[in-house]
Amino acid sequence: MIMKEAVSAQGITKRFGKVEALREVSLSVACSELFGVIGADGAGKTTMLRILATLLLPDSGKASVLGIDTAAGYRQLRTKIGYMPGRFSLYQDLSVEENLTFFATVFGATVKENYELIHDIYVQLEPFRTRRAGQLSGGMKQKLALCCALVHKPELLLLDEPTTGVDAVSRQEFWQMLQRLKSQGITILVSTPYMDEAVLCDRVAFMQDGRILAIDTPAGITRLFGSPLFAVRATERHRLIQALRSYEHARSAYAFGSSVHYTDRRATARPPELIAWLRSQGFDEVEVEPIEAGIEDTFMALMEEPATKGERGHG
Amino acid sequence: MADAVIHTEKLTKRFGSFTAVDDVSFCVSAGEIFGFLGANGAGKTTVMKMLTGLLSPTSGKASVAGFDVWGEAESIKRNIGYMSQRFSLYDDLTPRENITFFGGIYGLPRSEIREKGERMLERLDLKEAADTKLSALPLGWKQKLAFSVALLHEPSVVFLDEPTGGVDPVTRRRFWDMIYETAAHGVTVFVTTHYMDEAEYCDRVSIMVDGRIAALDTPELLKRTFEADSMNEVFIRLARPAKRSEG
Repeated sequence: MIMKEAVSAQGITKRFGKVEALREVSLSVACSELFGVIGADGAGKTTMLRILATLLLPDSGKASVLGIDTAAGYRQLRTKIGYMPGRFSLYQDLSVEENLTFFATVFGATVKENYELIHDIYVQLEPFRTRRAGQLSGGMKQKLALCCALVHKPELLLLDEPTTGVDAVSRQEFWQMLQRLKSQGITILVSTPYMDEAVLCDRVAFMQDGRILAIDTPAGITRLFGSPLFAVRATERHRLIQALRSYEHARSAYAFGSSVHYTDRRATARPPELIAWLRSQGFDEVEVEPIEAGIEDTFMALMEEPATKGERGHG
Repeated sequence: MADAVIHTEKLTKRFGSFTAVDDVSFCVSAGEIFGFLGANGAGKTTVMKMLTGLLSPTSGKASVAGFDVWGEAESIKRNIGYMSQRFSLYDDLTPRENITFFGGIYGLPRSEIREKGERMLERLDLKEAADTKLSALPLGWKQKLAFSVALLHEPSVVFLDEPTGGVDPVTRRRFWDMIYETAAHGVTVFVTTHYMDEAEYCDRVSIMVDGRIAALDTPELLKRTFEADSMNEVFIRLARPAKRSEG
């Protein structure tokens, strides 16, 4: 990659007692990239972000952020990054306004000089500017936390699960904010457990059990899906899933929105024989349609592959 | 509805001058998987609290599992199952201890707790982890245990408040397999979620906006009514114009 690197991590390993939180994790993020780290609770996302935010030291491996070593240059680095932890970490007893001023002051900045950057988000908070942060709703807390992470005009934003537990409307708004920040040249590394947010990123890393399963663009990720995939529709969804799983050639059958996604062990599987099998199982009206795999299909397929070694795809 | 397990009529809750739940009426029948959606602050939690006997309504009617929320709240608590992501089991206890504890809370005899507990541990494939503190177990295991514990006393209805938050997509679907199985045995499942594809797995879905039920139907009909391809679209269309600014 010719573009300048904002984040570069090589072979990062971190243990907490018996738990191996990160196992040989390597990734790089280009400047002005919107990079997503996708995975469930316990995958290692938070540990990775905390290491990049200079809040934790890895047991082994090296990380540099904005060209600065996270271990040796942490003081210098902290003024250049904005970190939004997964747990709400602002001062609950300070008002919206006071929190913002506090965080600006800590970094030797003023709200006024960087107001342009947070303006879009802050206007939504303005009606509540004298309210204590602890009294805000989830969506508003999240917006305030983003403002506080931005107020010193960082070059890189590290956002740890900013949309967890937030409703679909607020999530959509939040991602629109991220797109605007990206267009202003800020590099963003964001973690999320929501698969549908992966397509909103330039590139994503899939994490599971402290390992990276794949790193690529959303389109590149879905190309890793190896077998034919079919969307199957019939009434009695639960019985349909069970019937599909009991088919001798079945690899997997999972509910997906209004249909069931079925993969076959054979590359030559075709809809007519699947329909015939389902008819024999008492399903009269069956639709089977070959489809392209999505992000979530691919993540599930990669997860279920035994002992994935290292990462795949390309940076 | 004759076989309604949950029934509300003009259910309303005010906090001072704020109407959190405004004239809400719906029925849920036996064995139904009922998805209860809404934006943050729409009033979902307040409805859940009234239906589980934790909060008295300001006005209106509601009955759950045959008991009236007015005056029979204690009977409701004993006859429903409840599981939430925030509170379900004790992290410092083992699976076996949690089962014993909650069995006791629900007033089951010791012999029955032991017998049901062993069967549960076997069914969930948790035998080997039965005496490990819960805090050391993966979230997905805790969730399936929490769900089973919520069903220990064989309630006719179980409330699941964001049961699948934080787990990977495979574990999430395994959890839904358990929901389907439970409903197939006639248990009513009342479930909230932020995952819109899970809304598609429900028999019927209600969407709350500003304290009211803005839509209630099967996912199929909701999508047709709102000319949307997914429940995500339906939800965003309904919830976006919400007036209740979430302050």
